[in-house]
Amino acid sequence: MDLHGQWKQHRRGGRRSHRLRGPIRRSPDARVLAGVCGGLSRATGIDVTLVRIGFVLLSLGSGIGVLVYALAWLLLPLGDETTTIFSRAVTDWRGIRLVVALIPVFVVVQLVAAALHIGYLGSFSWPVLLAAGLAILIHRNAGAAERVWINDDLLPMLRTGADRHSRWSLALRALAGVVLGVGGLLVLILGHTSSAALRPVGGALLVIAAIVVVFGPWWLSLVRDLISERQARAMVEERAQMAAHVHDSVLQTLALIQRSADDPRHVVRLARAQERELRSWLFEGRPPGTIGDEAVTLADGISLLQRQIEADHGITVQVVVVGDCDLTDRLRALLDASREAAVNAAKWSGAGQVSIYAEVDRDAVMLFVRDRGQGFDPEAVPGDRQGIARSIRARMSRFGGSAVIRSSPGEGAEVELSMPRRELVR
Amino acid sequence: MTDPGRPRIFLVDDHAMFRSGVRTELGHAVEVVGEADDADSAIELINERVPDVVLLDVHLPGGGGRAVLQGVMPHHPEVQFLALSVSDAPEDVIAVIRSGARGYVTKTISGGELLQAVYRVGAGDAVFSPRLAGFVLDAFAGGAGAEMAAGVDPELDQLSPREREVLRLIARGYTYKEVARDLTISAKTVESHVSSVLRKLQLSTRHELTRWATDRRLV
Repeated sequence: MDLHGQWKQHRRGGRRSHRLRGPIRRSPDARVLAGVCGGLSRATGIDVTLVRIGFVLLSLGSGIGVLVYALAWLLLPLGDETTTIFSRAVTDWRGIRLVVALIPVFVVVQLVAAALHIGYLGSFSWPVLLAAGLAILIHRNAGAAERVWINDDLLPMLRTGADRHSRWSLALRALAGVVLGVGGLLVLILGHTSSAALRPVGGALLVIAAIVVVFGPWWLSLVRDLISERQARAMVEERAQMAAHVHDSVLQTLALIQRSADDPRHVVRLARAQERELRSWLFEGRPPGTIGDEAVTLADGISLLQRQIEADHGITVQVVVVGDCDLTDRLRALLDASREAAVNAAKWSGAGQVSIYAEVDRDAVMLFVRDRGQGFDPEAVPGDRQGIARSIRARMSRFGGSAVIRSSPGEGAEVELSMPRRELVR
Repeated sequence: MTDPGRPRIFLVDDHAMFRSGVRTELGHAVEVVGEADDADSAIELINERVPDVVLLDVHLPGGGGRAVLQGVMPHHPEVQFLALSVSDAPEDVIAVIRSGARGYVTKTISGGELLQAVYRVGAGDAVFSPRLAGFVLDAFAGGAGAEMAAGVDPELDQLSPREREVLRLIARGYTYKEVARDLTISAKTVESHVSSVLRKLQLSTRHELTRWATDRRLV
């Protein structure tokens, strides 16, 4: 007969019989905690309320009730489950290690109890701590349905400090704090002469415990707030960078596509290039509109820039580079800014050619982007205009460089970029 | 120059497309007295027709633009050469300049600018493309460099600060007129600075220039 069948037979067996009937199982439908009392009552015929009272008395008296309960939880199968939690726990090495880690706690409690001459704390602590260890194993190895119940119903009851807005948890914490605090003060004040030297220590410990219990969750929430604030700030920065990148690449491409709507081949080329760039951004982490590792020196980077702008924007880019040096992060930023300047020229100036001149000095790299187009009044461009403000000025100043834009209507425009080659000594 | 308004020019380029393109673009303002598509025929025809300005492709079958310069200049030093190329490699540019061309431009130049360059070269001035200005700045970088060979003429092997400024502006894409306005000097002064740089470029023994020249087996 299978276990399920046995279980059914037990259920059929009269409840009034006081005889122990075969293997005990925890009862899934008559339970407060794990169904241990319900199971015992079912197996022995003793009224479930009596069993529960017995456990509570045993627990309060010496703590042994808690341990027995935890052991039963571990060793008795639930309902019609075929395996016990224990059978799974013996192979759970991480859980076992966690239990072993409780031993120092146990030792400390024993020492404190001995120091304070509180015999009952010492005898009370070992079954409770053992039960706590078993509880870890139970939590980690419970069956799927039981784990859902533990996580959703049982733990929230214990985790009183977790929900900051719950009045209940606040009241409970306050109560625990008051009890511990008053206890500590009592120990401090009513210290016996025999152990006068050690009692204050115990009292202080209890007072500290009280403070931790009352304020701990609040501290935790403070730390949590700090962390989330920092995360929010990082997110805003990330967003700004992303906006700059999207503006540089996707929005530019979309504008170009609109302009060349009558040239399907050009549109396809633009779309394909943009797709490639977005892919490399999303899946390889290379921001669009930047010069990656394919360029080693500044001159490489500028000629790459030239090819890209000529291909994407149909404008001739004339490049002159005097001197050369290895590309660094700050010089990549310089290239990004000059790309933006050249693309601006391609889009707005109406000129057929844009000149880039770069000169590598000992301390700095100067880069000029010039067009002979219609020009504009730099004062009239709103300072918040994405292209100039973010992509050029912000990029340059982030690395200690500077940007000067010279233009007047009818005179073309020139963007002068200057980037120090190394960190300025302040 | 017989008619300053309509210089007589000669086209040397192995691409018929380019020659006809220049004809249509400049035909109204210049008189095209002949064309050639390789060095030998170019030397023969130029020596025969003696144009004001030769538009000379740097890359040419039969010895390149340099062969044409060497074949014409001893006989007709009055003929001015304006070099053109698509490549912009420094050794090409330096090679034709040191062989005697008065200017260098890339083939991407617009018709109007090419015409201006022709006028300027015809008048005996130098024409520097931004690219060429960049090369020169590069070659003359560092002032009196320690890497210079002993016994060189500092007058020839260094650029004056003013020449440097002029070249820098040309490299940035400024026209001579714009350079003059930016530095508040006359256009004539700009031209004399550029001509002086051209002379240094042709005569200097600076290490970089000779190296570029050696690359082209000029020396």
